[in-house]
Amino acid sequence: MSQPVIVARDLVKRYGDFAAVDGISFEVAPGESFGLLGPNGAGKSTTMRMVGAVSTRTAGDLAILGLDPDRFGPEIRSQLGVVPQADNLDTELRVRENLLVYGRYFGLPRKLVAERADELLAFAQLEDKGKAKVDSLSGGMKRRLTIARALVNDPRVLLLDEPTTGLDPQARHILWDRLFRLKEQGTTLLLTTHYMDEAEQLCDRLVVVDKGKIMAEGTPAALIRRYSSREVLEVRFGSDRNADVADQLAGIGDRLEVLPDRILVYSENGEAELERITSAGLHPLTSLVRRSSLEDVFLRLTGRSLIE
Amino acid sequence: MSEVRRSGSAAEGDAHRDPSATDAAPAVTRAALAAGRNPRRWGAWYVAEHRFRVMRSYTGTVVVAGIGSPLLYLYALGVGLATIVDGSVGAESVDGVSYLVFVAPALLASAAITVASEEFTYPIMLGYKWNPTFSGMHAAPIRPQQIADGVVLSVAVRMLVNTVLFFALMLVFGAVPSATGFLAVAVAVLTGLAFGAVLMAYTSTLEEDTGQLAMVMRFVVLPMTLFSGTFFPLTVLPLWLQPIGWISPLWHGTELARVFTYGYPEPIWLTVVHVAYLVAMFAVGWVWARRIAVRRLRK
Amino acid sequence: MSDVTHRDLAPASLPLRPARSLYAGNARAVMFRGWRATRSTNWLVMVSGFFEPIFYLLAMGIGLGTLVGDVTTESGQVVPYAAFIAPALLAVAAMNGAIYDSTWNVFFKMQFARLYEGMLSTSLGPLDVALGEILLALLRGALYAVGFQLVMQALGLNLSWWALLALPAVLLIAFGFASLGMAITSYMKTFQQMDWINFVMLPMFLFSATFYPITVYPQWLQVVIQALPLWHGVELVRGLTTGAVDWGMLWHVLYYAVMIAVGLVFTTKRLRALFLD
Repeated sequence: MSQPVIVARDLVKRYGDFAAVDGISFEVAPGESFGLLGPNGAGKSTTMRMVGAVSTRTAGDLAILGLDPDRFGPEIRSQLGVVPQADNLDTELRVRENLLVYGRYFGLPRKLVAERADELLAFAQLEDKGKAKVDSLSGGMKRRLTIARALVNDPRVLLLDEPTTGLDPQARHILWDRLFRLKEQGTTLLLTTHYMDEAEQLCDRLVVVDKGKIMAEGTPAALIRRYSSREVLEVRFGSDRNADVADQLAGIGDRLEVLPDRILVYSENGEAELERITSAGLHPLTSLVRRSSLEDVFLRLTGRSLIE
Repeated sequence: MSEVRRSGSAAEGDAHRDPSATDAAPAVTRAALAAGRNPRRWGAWYVAEHRFRVMRSYTGTVVVAGIGSPLLYLYALGVGLATIVDGSVGAESVDGVSYLVFVAPALLASAAITVASEEFTYPIMLGYKWNPTFSGMHAAPIRPQQIADGVVLSVAVRMLVNTVLFFALMLVFGAVPSATGFLAVAVAVLTGLAFGAVLMAYTSTLEEDTGQLAMVMRFVVLPMTLFSGTFFPLTVLPLWLQPIGWISPLWHGTELARVFTYGYPEPIWLTVVHVAYLVAMFAVGWVWARRIAVRRLRK
Repeated sequence: MSDVTHRDLAPASLPLRPARSLYAGNARAVMFRGWRATRSTNWLVMVSGFFEPIFYLLAMGIGLGTLVGDVTTESGQVVPYAAFIAPALLAVAAMNGAIYDSTWNVFFKMQFARLYEGMLSTSLGPLDVALGEILLALLRGALYAVGFQLVMQALGLNLSWWALLALPAVLLIAFGFASLGMAITSYMKTFQQMDWINFVMLPMFLFSATFYPITVYPQWLQVVIQALPLWHGVELVRGLTTGAVDWGMLWHVLYYAVMIAVGLVFTTKRLRALFLD
């Protein structure tokens, strides 16, 4: 019954010899919120552009709403809302005009667009900014306006490329709240992010992408369960000593990750591991016990940190 | 994961191999096919609508420049300069007409070139790069070719407004003796578009403006304006400089406009060449600009 | 937050040493920055500026000159058409260069690059910035002018040794336009307002005895033209290159001296109001 909205199979995008996307497969069901998680340059944005029917794939199969984007670009895009990584709001027009003009690109009647523009300004909490210049908006407001603009055609699928990158914490939370509402209303979301907390907040299911390939797939909780432990103990012995101490820590915890500035000890019980370390006569400068996150999943899968 | 993938490929196969079999296609697919119809047909017009809205923000400039600069040029050259030209070579010795009548159609065509060099440079750079509204349009159901078409369409309209105003002032100055003079407006628009389409294509290829557009203004637009038989007949120049005029759309446009405004005597084949040259240049530039739009937006 | 900073800064420096806060005697630093920026962006564009008046000279002087023949100047001298317009084009080039550098360029730096804010947070004062920008524009203008005069010489359009003085005259003209242009720009807020500068430049360019003597106009229009700065520049340079020199030309010099002073006073005042008060 619920046929997938997006089906990608062995999707490839090459620029010359470089494979930006190297055989990615995934599916997104209606109403699902699906994330592509990975560092910069992993091929997330390229994938988004192909799904958005603005970039031609090199190989593989892709169907959006049952249509091939190479042949049915305009038809597919009429059903999508796109929030690109960099805002491309029209700075020559005012805030409300941006919505009016954008709605016309979908061939919607002027009257309908005008009604929606007012609703969407309210949704984006920009009611009193309708006549303002785009450049006078803050970063968070611009993002909300971009999202409002993406909703002007009442899309079935919303594509969000790094929706909160560059925003301050408060602006991010406001944005997440808005996206959560859309999710509750049944809009299908496809988003890329390199923020763990964002993926955990918004995604029902996600794939971890690195170097154009999928490393893992699942719900955030399942991924953490599969690739990490319940808790993580972070200890610091000072930049010079971390590597030396690491040898002496052998056998502590399920697994160790030695980073330049700290050592991560993966374990079911972080406090217990800390006690074992101190009783062995090692005294870290600082220590912290936290729950495992997707960051740890990524580190485990790729051996690299997500935010570099 | 593998399980999901298998079930998906079956479902996908049916839908996407034969999506236009609308009876079998699911409702979402049919909705998409229906919603794509308007943008496919009218996309270029929606883009033009956008351009008009932007132009509205500088209506003041367009109107003042549209009336002010023809007034200034016609008075300074057609009256001021004409006094010493006519005083020197006699009142009817440039092509057998007064200097005002001689220079006016050239100024008209130049005005269209000026509009082209404004609208097909920085706004194009803006749309592709500085404020990438073109990618925004393309993310909506507009095709890249339609973006190029829409821009051309909107500029053609602005050019028409400007040249009609200009022509009206020419009438006021008494610079149009011939009854077919109004055709010069169409000639001017064609001239502006012929040059403009090529300019638009060139601007579209620029990833960054490190002064190329300023160079175009200095080494293409300005010499073209000066050496295209505009302020003096091309034949006054030494023979080796005259080819500048032959390749210049402004020369073809100006000569053609002169045929209509004062019956400038030239063989009919030459008139045909003027029209053919301008149309060909426009077509080449337009097709080129559309191709670059596709290449650039669908990377 | 920024209010606090301003309040701390202003009373401490301004009333005590007013001159110092305006001018630190370091306009060179501003010029140096501008020179580096020009070099690193596109020097070809800068060089190309030299060709603009040349194109005009060739087209109008030689092409149109065959139609016009000789022209009688203000002083009653009969000269070939090319020798008539060449000095005018020199003055126009000085105006255009100076106006471009002091308006669009300065506007962009003020509104978008926020360059002056950074400069004024160092020991530089507003007058350093204004002078530095203007002097750099003059340097550029001087290069163009020398080039153009060499072309004039080659074409035999310098009719007198007085033409040597045309170079300082051109600098004076450029200084006048640059300082006035910068003063006006410092009051502008949008690109649309900037467009109006062109609306003033175009008629000045067309009417100020550039392409033909203003005697073709009715009396009232002549008076208007004579009140505008470009006409004074054209007459000054033309007097020198054609060798029709007299004491009356000092009025033109005075006109520009006043223009420079007025421009500098307003620019400094405005920059101070914008960034320091």
